Amino acid sequence: MQRFSALALARNALSGQTGWQRQWRSPDPAKRYNAIIIGGGGHGLATAFHLARDHGMRNIAVLEKSWIGGGNTGRNTTIIRSNYLFNASSSLYDHAVKLWENLSQTLNYNVMFSQRGVLMLAHNVHDEQVFKRHVHANRLNGVDNEWLTAAQAKAFCPPLRIDAGMRYPVLGAALQRRAGVARHDAVAWGYARAADALGVDIVENCAATSIVRDRQGAVEAVETTRGRIATAKIGVVAAGNTSVIMGMAGLRMPLESFPLQALVSEPVKPVLPCIVMSNTIHAYISQSDKGELVIGAGTDAYISYSQRGALHVSTHTLEAICELFPQFRRMRMLRNWGGIVDVTPDRSPIIAKTSVPGLYVNCGWGTGGFKATPGSGHLFAWTMAKDEPHPINAPFTLERFRDGFLIDEAAAAAVSH
Amino acid sequence: MLLIPCPYCGPRPELEFTYAGEANISRPAEPESLSDEQWAAYLYQRTNPRGMHAERWRHVHGCGRYFNASRDTLSDQFQFSWKPGESPP
Repeated sequence: MQRFSALALARNALSGQTGWQRQWRSPDPAKRYNAIIIGGGGHGLATAFHLARDHGMRNIAVLEKSWIGGGNTGRNTTIIRSNYLFNASSSLYDHAVKLWENLSQTLNYNVMFSQRGVLMLAHNVHDEQVFKRHVHANRLNGVDNEWLTAAQAKAFCPPLRIDAGMRYPVLGAALQRRAGVARHDAVAWGYARAADALGVDIVENCAATSIVRDRQGAVEAVETTRGRIATAKIGVVAAGNTSVIMGMAGLRMPLESFPLQALVSEPVKPVLPCIVMSNTIHAYISQSDKGELVIGAGTDAYISYSQRGALHVSTHTLEAICELFPQFRRMRMLRNWGGIVDVTPDRSPIIAKTSVPGLYVNCGWGTGGFKATPGSGHLFAWTMAKDEPHPINAPFTLERFRDGFLIDEAAAAAVSH
Repeated sequence: MLLIPCPYCGPRPELEFTYAGEANISRPAEPESLSDEQWAAYLYQRTNPRGMHAERWRHVHGCGRYFNASRDTLSDQFQFSWKPGESPP
């Protein structure tokens, strides 16, 4: 791998930028791999990276049906935070935030991680009580979170409207200062490049069409659009398409897939210093380093794989944004798109072994998987390599639905996150 | 926004409806006789198909009734809808 550095930049500036190499190879799939990851998004690439780096596994492939960075990794609103209510969740997401803090150095790739803080607005007494409970629970778990009055929130985020005439007045906000954003494309590319440098084959335009099992039921091979590939270990990291892939191995999943929308505005000068989220009126917004306002809307009501959402869903969010930031009313939206997210009944992910020997699954991240990318890859690689979960992802099994140990962040957050 | 064919009222905009999930899932007659696996499967496992999906809607801001519909989850096009208790056309 050609390392990026100030010196390399200077050298290439002098040689007319002709010395840069491809960031990862484009190999044809081999006949056999020690492990195959189905799904070349951030989580899948991070899994392959950690399998190769931490567990010394060689001969690994990542199969991507399309191109790297074309799925949900390149479609989300890039918010990274760990202020979840339950112990299992906050330790899972905070594990990821700690990895984010050094990710650019780890990957030798600038992922532009910027810890600018997330404000979660409270609009009524219930919100205030819930968020204060979050603040206390997080602090007991060693996760930073603090309560701000409306005036303090306005001081932290000057464009925020807090006057009493609002339909949903701002009564205060929870602030996690370590929360932030990152450049999502760079995360996919950085992991792809780093995994490739460790010998991982990243096979694009290669969709899995069936999973072949031997007489004992263990996985034996994957049939793909580029031929049959033998393997004894498969990790499925297919986001919205997980139900389809797991169906190939005969498993029914506790998942439903919904379109989730996001929008970006025309780029403007720096105007919004942090991330602002409101669960009650359903809006979340930040400003990218390029200057665009990045806005997340909700999911559609019905399951779909169409990668586009309804206009009334994004309109609902834009109305809330305009209420909170009247100065954005005349901003023009440049792009609007949807991604397909796989949602579990308790809105918490599944990072686990399955009942099929050699088949592992990392799914159910729903509307908020990007923030967990490095932690998810690290824990899933551990689970695949050792055939048992890491203590952090031990609660996030498939069996929790049978045993009644749900991690009910749906009730805890009451919003897409 | 979807244009949803209510079998009682005809095609109406999606805002008049609430989605009620996968169709043809009936509550087991004797829950106490089920294993934990079977009960979890009834509660949580869904087909979630990439393609035709049999689903329920409720025309909450119209006739108020539940009905079944068949929709392609790739194109979001409805194929047809039918009343509960009837078989699909």
